[in-house]
Amino acid sequence: MIKAILIFNNHGKPRMSKFYEHYTEDTEQQIIRETFHLVSKRDENVCNFLEGGLLIGGSENKLIYRHYATLYFVFCVDSSESELGILDLIQVFVETLDKCFENVCELDLIFHLDKVHNILAEMVMGGMVLETNMSEIITQVEAQGKMEKSEAGIAGAPARAVSAVKNMNLPEMPKNINIGDISIKVPNLPSFK
Amino acid sequence: MALKIVKGSIDRMFDKNLQDLVRGIRNHKEDEAKYISTCIDEIKQELKQDNIAVKANAVCKLTYLQMLGYDVSWAAFNIVEVMSSSKFTFKRIGYLAASQCFHEGTDVIMLTTNQIRKDLSSPNQYDTGVALTGLSCFVTPDLARDLANDIMTLMSHTKPYIRKKAVLIMYKVFLKYPESLRPAFPRLKEKLEDPDPGVQSAAVNVICELARRNPKNYLSLAPLFFKLMTSSTNNWVLIKIIKLFGALTPLEPRLGKKLIEPLTNLIHSTSAMSLLYECVNTVIAVLISLSSGMPNHSASIQLCVQKLRILIEDSDQNLKYLGLLAMSKILKTHPKSVQSHKDLILQCLDDKDESIRLRALDLLYGMVSKKNLMEIVKKLMLHVDKAEGTTYRDELLTKIIDICSQSNYQYITNFEWYISILVELTRLEGTRHGHLIASQMLDVAIRVKAIRGFAVAQMATLLDNAHLLTGNTQRNGICEVLYAAAWICGEFSEHLEDPMQTLEAMLRPKVATLPGHIQAVYVQNAAKLFATVLQKHEGETDSQAAQETSQLLIDRLPLFVQSANLEVQERASCILQLVKYIQKLQQKNVEVAEEVTALFAGELNPVAPKAQKKVPIPEGLDLDAWINEPPSESESEDEKPKAVFAKEEPKHYRSRNTEVDEKELARRREVRKQEQANNPFYIKASPSSQKVYDAPGVEHIPVVQIDLSVPLKVPGMPMSDQYLKLEEERQQKEKAERKKKEKKKKREKRGKGRKADSGPESEEDITPAQHVDIVTEEMPENALPSDDDDKDPNDPHRALDIDLDKPLADSEKLPVRTHRPEVLKSPAEDRVSESVPPETKKKSSKEKKEKKKDKEKDRKRSKEEKKKKKKHKEVEEELLESQPEEPVQSEETKEAAAPPTSTSAEEVTVPSSAVETSSAAVPESEPDEPKDTEPEDTKSSKHKKKKQKKEKEEKEKKKKKRHHHHHHHGEAGGEDSVQNGTVEEEEPLPPMSNYSVLAENSFIKMMREDAEQVYDIQGNHQDESKVVVSIIFENKSDSFLKSMEFNVLDSLNSKLQRPEGAGPHDGLTVPFQLPPGVSNEARFVFSVQSIVMPQKLKGTLTFIVKSDESSTHEKLDFKLHFTCTSYLITTPCYSDAYAKLLESGDLKGSSLRLEGINMPFHHLLARICFHHHFSVVERIDSCASMYSRSIQGHHVCLLVKTSDQTVSIDAKCDEPSLLGNVLDELKQTFSKC
Repeated sequence: MIKAILIFNNHGKPRMSKFYEHYTEDTEQQIIRETFHLVSKRDENVCNFLEGGLLIGGSENKLIYRHYATLYFVFCVDSSESELGILDLIQVFVETLDKCFENVCELDLIFHLDKVHNILAEMVMGGMVLETNMSEIITQVEAQGKMEKSEAGIAGAPARAVSAVKNMNLPEMPKNINIGDISIKVPNLPSFK
Repeated sequence: MALKIVKGSIDRMFDKNLQDLVRGIRNHKEDEAKYISTCIDEIKQELKQDNIAVKANAVCKLTYLQMLGYDVSWAAFNIVEVMSSSKFTFKRIGYLAASQCFHEGTDVIMLTTNQIRKDLSSPNQYDTGVALTGLSCFVTPDLARDLANDIMTLMSHTKPYIRKKAVLIMYKVFLKYPESLRPAFPRLKEKLEDPDPGVQSAAVNVICELARRNPKNYLSLAPLFFKLMTSSTNNWVLIKIIKLFGALTPLEPRLGKKLIEPLTNLIHSTSAMSLLYECVNTVIAVLISLSSGMPNHSASIQLCVQKLRILIEDSDQNLKYLGLLAMSKILKTHPKSVQSHKDLILQCLDDKDESIRLRALDLLYGMVSKKNLMEIVKKLMLHVDKAEGTTYRDELLTKIIDICSQSNYQYITNFEWYISILVELTRLEGTRHGHLIASQMLDVAIRVKAIRGFAVAQMATLLDNAHLLTGNTQRNGICEVLYAAAWICGEFSEHLEDPMQTLEAMLRPKVATLPGHIQAVYVQNAAKLFATVLQKHEGETDSQAAQETSQLLIDRLPLFVQSANLEVQERASCILQLVKYIQKLQQKNVEVAEEVTALFAGELNPVAPKAQKKVPIPEGLDLDAWINEPPSESESEDEKPKAVFAKEEPKHYRSRNTEVDEKELARRREVRKQEQANNPFYIKASPSSQKVYDAPGVEHIPVVQIDLSVPLKVPGMPMSDQYLKLEEERQQKEKAERKKKEKKKKREKRGKGRKADSGPESEEDITPAQHVDIVTEEMPENALPSDDDDKDPNDPHRALDIDLDKPLADSEKLPVRTHRPEVLKSPAEDRVSESVPPETKKKSSKEKKEKKKDKEKDRKRSKEEKKKKKKHKEVEEELLESQPEEPVQSEETKEAAAPPTSTSAEEVTVPSSAVETSSAAVPESEPDEPKDTEPEDTKSSKHKKKKQKKEKEEKEKKKKKRHHHHHHHGEAGGEDSVQNGTVEEEEPLPPMSNYSVLAENSFIKMMREDAEQVYDIQGNHQDESKVVVSIIFENKSDSFLKSMEFNVLDSLNSKLQRPEGAGPHDGLTVPFQLPPGVSNEARFVFSVQSIVMPQKLKGTLTFIVKSDESSTHEKLDFKLHFTCTSYLITTPCYSDAYAKLLESGDLKGSSLRLEGINMPFHHLLARICFHHHFSVVERIDSCASMYSRSIQGHHVCLLVKTSDQTVSIDAKCDEPSLLGNVLDELKQTFSKC
């Protein structure tokens, strides 16, 4: 079982958190902080497994993470998951994000939290791995995206227009973003299959 | 209408969307919290609006804020609203928010049951998918129970996308509602062979997760998994299966033998490291489970170790880590094969990666021997000095202690060295493990008698230098060590060089800054020291010094008497008074030392941690038996049987008791004596009683002479290093000596060695440096050897420990929607007519056949295994064979009085269910039996007609209960206590049904909601003009009904929604066919313009009746009646909002008086709630305010008062004609009763 999936950046700011067990908001933040603390002080070339995520579940659990550009992707799993398998799953997740957002970067995740959740929902459900085939995931995500678009229809047009205008009206936007516009480079790892 | 939508979206343009919110937060880095709080205020405003798009947008923003750590549970109800939107876009937002913040404690979750059910059966696969995903995150026991059947139906959905989600979520359902496991398991098993790889993988996933916790119940699936393992190419599935086998092999060694070959093949052939690794892991598990000594398996071990070595030597840190992890598993059973790779592991200790170092540490545990312990610990101590972070250092510390103390200090040859190591470890600052060191010190000092002198000296030094330990950091865990030090010095004070100095150190004012429990030990042990000092002085007849000592205590103790800690205070004041008294006696020159010492005489023996638990229950003691006669449960009931038992039972008991007394008492006395003898807290009569000490393993151990080559006294803080040198020298000397001796005679045994001393000592006999009398921990007589006390009773998986091989009993069914008892089979089920699960439908003969087929399949499958697993198979077959013969035992023993025809239940059930179906519509008789009416699953009707009436009643009750539930949902929040209260205190509500006959002829019956309130019209907030009507079609004939077409003559106001391209008069095809006796539900959507007036629509249903020889066209006319109240939606309203609404003055009033109403007030309210979709806002005595909202957003408020038989209803609504009609309908409802 996967207990939690966390994405945060190099500064520990949460970018997405999905807990498959209930915690209060405060505990969740504490878990994120602690996890960041554990993960961030590790060198780049050490192993991607980490014990001691004591807040989630206890000693049976492991943190399995990958670090891409500005983001950490952390999965907290118990002993029934294959460590290398989860590493590959993270890779699939990131590659899927990359495909869905076209060169994904931290900003995409920040502004489209819901979309990230929706993609994740096609891969992991209730803490169990649902799908690992990237093309299947993308097919389902896109089909749902299409449905949303068709529902928005004419009624959605003005809102879309305004949102476009809003974006145009904010030339200072990139200025505020001093981190994160580096796109996540997805290295080609030896395939799992 | 279109205008409204456009207007809505124009409104929406000026709301902040998620992107704006994020942007805003990023622009307000300085005052983020303030900015967010204004945003939350905005969101609260948005949530108050009617436009669902606005609400969804608000909820979407809340999801983001939730991630940032803001509690958004206050918006739970709005989230439910958004979830129930008909638009996928909004629905998905709602479910996402719910999955992020709902949990078992969220009370609005109760409201979602029907919505989720609706979404699950939605024709749009993504609606279903989204609902399943959401549900997987917040499923509660209630939801699991109510929806288990719906989800199980989805497991056979046509779309693999839904199937795989439904299969996966079953795991969560099982966890929350373990009763569903057995009924659902056959279908889950089926899914292992699903054509879609995704579904298959999901099924494997679920079963592996289940089997991991309770492996023994899944052994019978092994052949199936074996087949999958050899055929599957999906690495995910393979890994899961291989992991599962790892869990199964310990239970079935024969399985293991079979596995080795294919696994070895996989190890050789696969290129995927993950698979290779899992294979190695499982091979290890297999080898562990097999009894060792099989020659051909050493090859497998070698293969594993060799592969692991490759992993460890790999440059990829991940592989290195996993290699070490797997190696530690081998270590447990085959330490020798690992020990040969000691070089590699020691090398990993120096790795820069902490995780790898930790894993290597684990392995060290198995690498130590008497010979190299000191050396390895020395290396670890070096690491301790270097370790930067506290976590790793703490880990090192625990490992050092683990390694040294393992198997009863087996590898320690020199305890002085060990004490020195412990003392050295106390110099670590900020460690969390002070208590661990402390307990080691205590343990060693108590159990190794020979070391006490040395330990006491060391501890005295520690106490003297206590300031070094406590330092200035308050939360310093290391001060725990002082607890041990003080106790050791006190308890074994006879070994102290200078007890006076230690006493002085223990009474320093600084001690008062230590934690309370340590101070308490200080005080108590100061008294012990005092006793020793007194004795010493009196021995030397130095009364002056003795009196000075008393004075010291009298001076210092008051500090502790003032302590805030109760324990300290109490002990200090006791001892202070004692010392004062002693001082008085001293002044009279009375010798007191002996008496004072007597206070602390006797030795404390260590007691094993589980000793208390392991005390066996003495023979003849039944803990479950009543000590006194049980209080009679109810005096009014069961008068007769009680009289019968009262005569016989006591006599019976008494006679047995006396028997016990005679024989047992003597024996028990003996046992008690023994126990007392072993009890360290029981003062023994004479030392001879010690001899009762005869439990195995508790024997006193032969003693080794003290080797004088080791100096017993080391001044100052010890340095453990010196022991290493000494040890080496000593060993060499010994070796030389031994050689000499060997020449003369056979080797002289210097020590028989302790019990556990059989291990690596053989490689080179190393004698302990000093007399090591390790006192074994005490255990009670006849201690039970069981080790099953480690299971966590709170583990949710315990409930899933269910035998899955037993045939399903009739009583095991998933609950179906009980508030519609007419529909015995859930409508959705018929759509998957082929694979009807045996547990939801009554067993029909056809199914029986199917089962047989299955059986045959099973048999075939097991034939494949026959050669190797013959025995296993036979058992399996036997089990299967016995299935049909086994009389199906009902869980209800009360009903066991049924006629013995129960075996023929299958034949009987079909007609009986039909009877129920038709009779259930007359639900008036109120059953008065006090059986509890938990809304559990529908009872089986297998006890034939005799039982039917009873059952019907029960069902009614259940139905009623459900309605309670229903209202309860509607009122969300504050009012539930009112309703709940009424259930207990007041007369129960009469049953109310939602459905009744709409039209009927000899072929078909159309069901609708009950007489007062016609159709199940579900308004949707969002599409304000749409209304859904659900109608149940039931085939009453013996023929097959097909090509059903439903048509309604549209009025100006209400129109049936037809698919695009259909003409306004075309009928709608009912999307199913009806086999004989089957019913199914269809929903039709109507668009309604105005809802202020009731509507009547004429309609026709045409269908073809197909019997064996002919087919005829038939039709049935009906009238659909839309009442105004059916446009109302039960909407909870809080009393403050309600008050505001009334104050606003927008509402127009009207009132109604009803005479001669003869029903309890809460019945009246329940009727209004149920039939007219109101919810109670507040109820005070015989007065209640109620609220409801129309689908177009009209507010309707009622104030209901009752006195005698008159009910007055004051109503307010913003639409007068709607109000008038609602009141008319209310009147009609009550005129009928």
